[in-house]
Amino acid sequence: MIIAEQKPLAEIAGFVKDCERVLVAGCGGCVTVCLSGGEKEAEILAGALRIKRRIEGRPLETVTYTAPRQCDPEFIEAMDCVVQGVDAVISLACGVGPQYLAERYPDLPVYPAQNTKFAGGSRAHGVWEEYCGLCGDCILHRTGGICPVIRCPKSIQNGPCGGSQKGKCEINRDLDCVWQLIYDRLKRLGRLDLLKEVAPLKDWSKSRDGGPRRVIREDVMI
Amino acid sequence: MKGFEPQIVAFCCLNCAYSAADLAGSMRRQYAPNVRIVEIPCTGAIDQGVLLQAFEEGADGVFVAGCLEGDCRYQQGNIRAKKRLKALQKILDETGLGGERLEMFNLSAAMGVRFAEIADEMTSRIRSLGPSPLKRKWKGSAPE
Repeated sequence: MIIAEQKPLAEIAGFVKDCERVLVAGCGGCVTVCLSGGEKEAEILAGALRIKRRIEGRPLETVTYTAPRQCDPEFIEAMDCVVQGVDAVISLACGVGPQYLAERYPDLPVYPAQNTKFAGGSRAHGVWEEYCGLCGDCILHRTGGICPVIRCPKSIQNGPCGGSQKGKCEINRDLDCVWQLIYDRLKRLGRLDLLKEVAPLKDWSKSRDGGPRRVIREDVMI
Repeated sequence: MKGFEPQIVAFCCLNCAYSAADLAGSMRRQYAPNVRIVEIPCTGAIDQGVLLQAFEEGADGVFVAGCLEGDCRYQQGNIRAKKRLKALQKILDETGLGGERLEMFNLSAAMGVRFAEIADEMTSRIRSLGPSPLKRKWKGSAPE
């Protein structure tokens, strides 16, 4: 999922300092799961903004609405009735949500309430970690299911660098050297032969170099 | 703050603090009448949004009272509540309301006297802090 972290309240309040009525839009997707932008968080943010503005003597009216997802036009359309009469929209979705909302409501300012961090998963309650670099050319089949693209600070593709010591990374001694993990796992699987294969150069053209990427599947078009 | 009588909402776990409040009453133990008690099934069930709502709707102070640490009927409820309240105190500081208006207390069902002390302690704290800034600004009047 996409992991996001809410911006400081003062920053969000600054975005809407001239507004009198705003829509606080939560998202029922990834940010609900990572507990930063779902229904509950939208209510808390709206309440905190209202309190802050009342104390400042300029009351703010808020409307809250949490779409099942902000990254699908059909769910954005459902927000048409709740944006009536608002001066701005605050989106608690990842970076996709505010852009969809901005496209749908060209006359309304849309502000992000989140800093979108990475694609990852939870390691424990309250701990999320980056697991995928979204490089567009997955090599996990060669690396024992462990990604060196994002989990190695240098994204090294062909084995550990000289900074790998006792299984730890030179960038951060608390960080496992991902190539050590890959080696250990392939050894356990009896597939160290995979490391002897000469891998082709990684095709970075499938990554972010060519501007926004697009996936088209005619079989699911209606 | 002459004449100011704080309005305090106490969210009390029914397994401990709520019974303690009951005991304080049975013991004829006097405590500040400023505290309005809301019974909750466990402090772990408390929602940060509800606490904010209490402030928005006029509370000068709010406290959450749960079981002694290690004694939660649901194992971890009070420990989790403690963390959630800490996060909410930070939000209250950021809003300008002040995190010190929100507090967590732990006590057992047998601690009626302690409940009375907590009610007095919180009332005294809020009295010294003055009315909620929400009331002051919202009503457009100077502090009482």
